[in-house]
Amino acid sequence: MKDQFVVPARLKTTSFALMGVGLLTLLIGLFALHGEHGDTRFWAGLLQNSTFFLMVVLASTFFISATTLAHGGWQLTFRRVPEAISMVVPVLGVIAFIILMVLVFGQKEHIYHWTNAEHVKHDPILTFKAPFLNPTFFTVAAVITIGAWIALTIKLRKMSIEQDSWVMTQEAGRRLIWRNTVWCAGFIVVYSLTVGSTTPWLWLMSIDAHWFSTMYSWYTFISSFVSGMSLIALFVIYLKKHGYLEYVTKEHLHDLGKFMFAFSIFWTYLWFSQFMLIWYANIPEETIYFIPRMQGPFRFVFFLNLIVNFILPLLLLMKRDAKRNYTWVAILAVIIISGHWVDFYQMVAVATVGHPVFPWFEAGIGLGFVGIIIFITATQLAKAPLTPKTHPYLKESIIHHT
Amino acid sequence: MAVKKFVVGSFDDEAVLFPAVKKVRAAGYKLHDVYTPFPVHGLDHAMGLRETSLHTAGFVYGLTGTTTALSVMGWVFTTDWPMNIGGKPHFPLPAFIPITFELTVLFAAVGMVLTFCYLCQLAPFVKKHIFHPRQTDDLFVMAIEVTGKNGEEEIKNFLASVGAQEINEQTAETGWWLGRYDQESRLYGAPATVNA
Repeated sequence: MKDQFVVPARLKTTSFALMGVGLLTLLIGLFALHGEHGDTRFWAGLLQNSTFFLMVVLASTFFISATTLAHGGWQLTFRRVPEAISMVVPVLGVIAFIILMVLVFGQKEHIYHWTNAEHVKHDPILTFKAPFLNPTFFTVAAVITIGAWIALTIKLRKMSIEQDSWVMTQEAGRRLIWRNTVWCAGFIVVYSLTVGSTTPWLWLMSIDAHWFSTMYSWYTFISSFVSGMSLIALFVIYLKKHGYLEYVTKEHLHDLGKFMFAFSIFWTYLWFSQFMLIWYANIPEETIYFIPRMQGPFRFVFFLNLIVNFILPLLLLMKRDAKRNYTWVAILAVIIISGHWVDFYQMVAVATVGHPVFPWFEAGIGLGFVGIIIFITATQLAKAPLTPKTHPYLKESIIHHT
Repeated sequence: MAVKKFVVGSFDDEAVLFPAVKKVRAAGYKLHDVYTPFPVHGLDHAMGLRETSLHTAGFVYGLTGTTTALSVMGWVFTTDWPMNIGGKPHFPLPAFIPITFELTVLFAAVGMVLTFCYLCQLAPFVKKHIFHPRQTDDLFVMAIEVTGKNGEEEIKNFLASVGAQEINEQTAETGWWLGRYDQESRLYGAPATVNA
């Protein structure tokens, strides 16, 4: 049984090539995108990609915690995959933090116009929000948020690797489950207070600082969670196709597919809850958010977003056979991740860049992030056996039947 | 439908039932049905039943619901009785979505329940032969149709060899008829009554 992953040379080359594309795009962007507009686009692209991919890999930690708290045993055969993906959080966390700090302290008022103290003084809405939306609070929140994510992610991973050397008596099994439960519950609290509420407000919603929506954080969270599930499915399929993960069957793939299908619909539910209330009430300070998206220059992106993230998963993943087909789920996973990347694009680009452009820069940087994710995940997968052999729930996962 | 002859065996353990089902099919006997007190995972595969098409029916019912909701609301608010509600367009799609969603779910759910009842021939006063009174309680009951090829004794011996406990022979109506279960039912009495 192949239980020890060895990073294939081709995967390594691919990840380096993607990182190279990212770096090259960054350099070209540095020279090609100058002037006021170019600078805004440069930083908007970095903000979009770093927050999106950070939240996508963080969804793996959330998946681990949620399934642990629910005593969900079915995911244990591929548990090391979300664990390995979650280890990208430290790297992307640091990258995102640097970018956010430049945005707040580097006079990037075209992105965060609330950072200009002079401007805030003459703006009653921003003055009202100033106790929350100010550089100090933003920085402290970012340090605590990203710090807690990194610390807890590393802790969860370390505990999982530690348990491999345990002798699993009933006593030890109980202790393991209890310890995992406590730490995962801690992460869920942190996650709900950050990704579930404040983080999207501060990082993304504050681009449109005059506007607010109470659905925004949930909608952003689901966007990242459904992409995170797709990413887990992609790595599981990759390993399965290369002869690893012997215990993973179509039953596990089916359940991953259900997550992708169900949360695509849940994303639409939240998206629509946000949209319909604003559309129906028709209050100018709220509709200002949707006018450039629905009727303005971003009309195409607006409907593309709905089609790719709702109609395609709804129709293409609905059938049982579709969710049990490795190739099909892989294709849909790529579609869903790209779709939610577009979703984040329209969150950031509308109020900053202002008009749709061919997104060569944004896509190039995105590929760079994909390269980082592939490289670190592959390295981390190779560090531990692919099956957590001593976990008390492993048998439940092996005989799992949907 | 038709009155047929069956050999009925009961099992008290899933672990015995599964290999027995496989052996019965492998030996070429005509498996009429297996009755279980609760849904048994994988038994449909072991019995070689085809995948149900209930979900396809559900999709069609859902689509019917979507179409009904949109066309009725569209017709009412654009043609039959157009009203100005808060200056919204006469066909305000976002406002129609919740009702469309609800009708889709309603049509799919009700349609699937009715289809399920039809497929299982379940309805008030529709009565079917019960091979063993404990088949809804704690026994797994397997009924094998006696065809010309295999004699009753042969099937009985075979069932005993694969682990069945109570084995008897029944002549039963395979279809349904109108009647009431609370009449002529004697739980835990003599072997199940034979309805000719």
